[in-house]
Amino acid sequence: MMINSTDVVAVLPFISVALGSVGLLIADLLIPAERRHVTAWLAAALLLTAAVIALSLLGSPTFEAFGGMVISDPTAFFLDTLICTIGLVTILLTLRYNQVRGILRGEFYILLALSISGMTLVTHANNLLILLLGIELLSIPLYVLCGIARPRLESEESALKYFLTGAFASGFLVYGIALTYGASGTLSLQTAPAAPNVSGDPLLLIGIGLILVGLGFKVAAVPFHLWAPDTYEGAPTTVTAFMATATKVAGFAALLRVLHGGLPGMESTWQPLVAIIAAATMIVGNLAALAQQNLKRMLAYSSIAHAGYALVGVAAHDTTSVVFYLTGYAFTTLAAFAVITAIGSSEGEEMQFLEAYSGLGRQKPLLGAVLAIAMFSLIGIPPTVGFIGKYFVFQAAVAKGLVWLAVLGVLTSAMAAYYYLRVVMVAFIREGSAAAPLPTPSAPRNLAAAISVAAVFVLGVVPALLLSMIGNGMLSTTP
Amino acid sequence: MPALLEITLKSTALVFVLLTSFAYLSLVERKFIARLQARIGPNRAGPFGLLQPVADGLKLIFKESITPAQVDKPMYFLAPVLVVVPSLILFAVIPVGKGPLFQLASDLNVGALYVVAVMGIAVYGITLAGWSSNNKYAVLAGLRASAQVISYELGMGFAIVAVVLMASSLSLADIVAAQYPGEYGGILGWFIFRQPVAAAIFVVAAFAETMRAPFDLVEAEQELTAGFMTEYSGMKFALFFMGEYVKMIAVSALFTTFFLGGWSGPFVNELPALSVVYFTIKVVVCLLAFIWVRASLPRVRYDKLMGMGWKVLLPISIENVLATALLIALGVPGFK
Amino acid sequence: MTMAEWALLVLLGALSLASALGLLLSRNAVYAALFLVLNFSVGAVIYLLFNAPFLAVTQVAVYAGAIMVLFVFVIMLLGAERLAPAENPPGLAYQRPLAIILAVALLAVAAWALLSGAQIEPSPSVAPRPDSSPQAMGMWLFGPYLLPLQVVALLLLAAMVGALVLSRKS
Repeated sequence: MMINSTDVVAVLPFISVALGSVGLLIADLLIPAERRHVTAWLAAALLLTAAVIALSLLGSPTFEAFGGMVISDPTAFFLDTLICTIGLVTILLTLRYNQVRGILRGEFYILLALSISGMTLVTHANNLLILLLGIELLSIPLYVLCGIARPRLESEESALKYFLTGAFASGFLVYGIALTYGASGTLSLQTAPAAPNVSGDPLLLIGIGLILVGLGFKVAAVPFHLWAPDTYEGAPTTVTAFMATATKVAGFAALLRVLHGGLPGMESTWQPLVAIIAAATMIVGNLAALAQQNLKRMLAYSSIAHAGYALVGVAAHDTTSVVFYLTGYAFTTLAAFAVITAIGSSEGEEMQFLEAYSGLGRQKPLLGAVLAIAMFSLIGIPPTVGFIGKYFVFQAAVAKGLVWLAVLGVLTSAMAAYYYLRVVMVAFIREGSAAAPLPTPSAPRNLAAAISVAAVFVLGVVPALLLSMIGNGMLSTTP
Repeated sequence: MPALLEITLKSTALVFVLLTSFAYLSLVERKFIARLQARIGPNRAGPFGLLQPVADGLKLIFKESITPAQVDKPMYFLAPVLVVVPSLILFAVIPVGKGPLFQLASDLNVGALYVVAVMGIAVYGITLAGWSSNNKYAVLAGLRASAQVISYELGMGFAIVAVVLMASSLSLADIVAAQYPGEYGGILGWFIFRQPVAAAIFVVAAFAETMRAPFDLVEAEQELTAGFMTEYSGMKFALFFMGEYVKMIAVSALFTTFFLGGWSGPFVNELPALSVVYFTIKVVVCLLAFIWVRASLPRVRYDKLMGMGWKVLLPISIENVLATALLIALGVPGFK
Repeated sequence: MTMAEWALLVLLGALSLASALGLLLSRNAVYAALFLVLNFSVGAVIYLLFNAPFLAVTQVAVYAGAIMVLFVFVIMLLGAERLAPAENPPGLAYQRPLAIILAVALLAVAAWALLSGAQIEPSPSVAPRPDSSPQAMGMWLFGPYLLPLQVVALLLLAAMVGALVLSRKS
């Protein structure tokens, strides 16, 4: 098969990040060890380029490439843009944080770029093989990134737990794909259920069920969420920030590709399942977050809970609302993590516990403000993007007749307000000697925080800006 | 089922020939090395010492079979078998002569891959022999063996890939055919002339794979007493011995097939039986080279051995594959 | 398939299951690894039975010949072949029965699906068994499956970089 330009354009963000990360690997050899931040800036330039490429392709029409292996629609290119932007913001956060902790290594950025290349492939997957490979490509560098602060024990623990559960989840995914293939004789997401005598085949149903289990692990949906808190807590905070945002987006991209983009005519089969998982995820995530004293752990449970809200949109078969919700969630969470990376001693000890933040709002008003804004957006208070995002998914659920799910969502959001507001209260109201000696300020980190906060407000006030970019969601190409 | 009967008969004949050659190869080695070292070698049992292998065999059979107390019994007994079997089944795909009479499964369309696969599992026997003996020298030898074989397998695999690219087939029969007639005519069609780098890599890797001097670190007696064979005696010891020599013959046969034109030679079309003679002559020359090297070269240091495998042999072999592919794509004469 | 082939397939299936069980239940890591080698080899023979020699030989070369040799090598190098007797950490005693119940449930559902689906023969839409000669495999890999092939290459690169990061002394 000859590759034509359409094929290349279809996965151009993936190709540019993939080639770029190989180039980065070679460039890193030539950069002296004490000038590692050059690698970081090169990686940032690479991701910026990829984000611009993906953004410029937003207007192109929907088309398949590589013989139907991949599909390109505005949603896919938007998700590419989002993921590359998250990567860019993450790199800004790492410059100071990683240097202080001695993990400002070239490999960090190479692995980050490789992981992002996997994510930009998942967003285009139109075939179960590509889906699997993309998910593996995004996961394997992450396993390593979690443990990159070796020999710190909690980092090693985090990597091991993530790796074991992740490998287990991949096993489910592979079995599911194998059964789906066995039932339908194809790996294409478009034609799998279309084969005659197949759509009701129990083999296919089990296959799809197992695929959902595998993807449920990746987005940390209840009951497949147990790895998340330990992994998020132990990993270096910059890696946690990346995992909580980009990986979540990519995991949902995979879910959307399978459920919304593929499997035509099977909505009634998967909808109740996804709705139940969404409900369980919202309830368990929020309840567990209530009890956390460690901010990183709390944000881990919070990320689980937000996966539940996004799943409401998935269950309602409304791609646009899910993508919008994820965008808002990603920037909000990045803002929160920007604050956490800023707090900590210069020896690299992290201040993860809530007490360390008491009085932060008085001593460092700007940092405190960023933290407060992030918490307000996570609760869903207007005019932040968190509010609009929740509004969209609940509206979609009501439109689909899933009123109970929307009501449950509102109730759990109210519950969530307690633990998010507690953070704000500790930072602003409680007396205290905030956060030990702060490390020297870092301009890139401030830039990252500014970008995130700006996104939270802009998207919260003018959501139409984003909605027009996401497009009309994923449409099956085969009638 | 005549097909089954035919295969059984051929296999039996092959095994018989191989075991006899093993016995006499050991004699040839002793006599040849003796000559190289200005000695005489065994000459008491029968004329010119020709009955020496029989005497050795009888002696080993009547030896007491000792099973040390600390060994892991199932593996201890399985290991010698695992050493011999891969060397024997390698011959399934090697065409020893022209025509179907002298070929077992050489038209298997994945023959070269089969060779790589069997070479790969051959290391289990030695590794397990070392492990099950529960003796530190044996374990160390077993570890050395697996590390060494893994390291050199890659180089050998890529050398074979270059040959496969030249012949555009994985079948060993086709590989012989690609060297035999054709426009390059005669001896220049042999892959040793068209793929000298691959041939050189194959030779080096072959010494490592068979664990013969100068790469016989596994049996370095100064460091490891008798290596993985330390705890073995009697016929079990003989099986290891057999495994080593049969593998030597197998690797020589493979080198003949891949690089020396296999069974090809003048007048094979008129008299097909001649092809077996040519094949045998080429294999014997390879075997004598094996023995000659053993008599001439000192043993390599272990870290040098590993370094050479990974840092020299593997990169060169990959570059050779790339260069070959490029030359074939460009249609350079000699690379069709 | 002829009757003899069916019988062989059933036999191989049983052997495959037995070796997988051996892997799980063996308390000696070397034996467990060897059971896995056996399992891979049986899989290779099953591929042969389905007329896919390329896949069969690749399975032996890659899994049994390369990956498992490394496994055995590492197990022996660490001297970690003896596993501690199985025991649940305190407080997690409920996990084993729960795991067994869930596994049996999954098996039951799968069995029910297979039996009720009653589609032992592939549906007509399924393409006929493709040519599995090395040439055909090459055309597949560098034709329709070109993109997955390149992604696998990238995946291996990522794994290699990762292994170096985790093992190198910093």
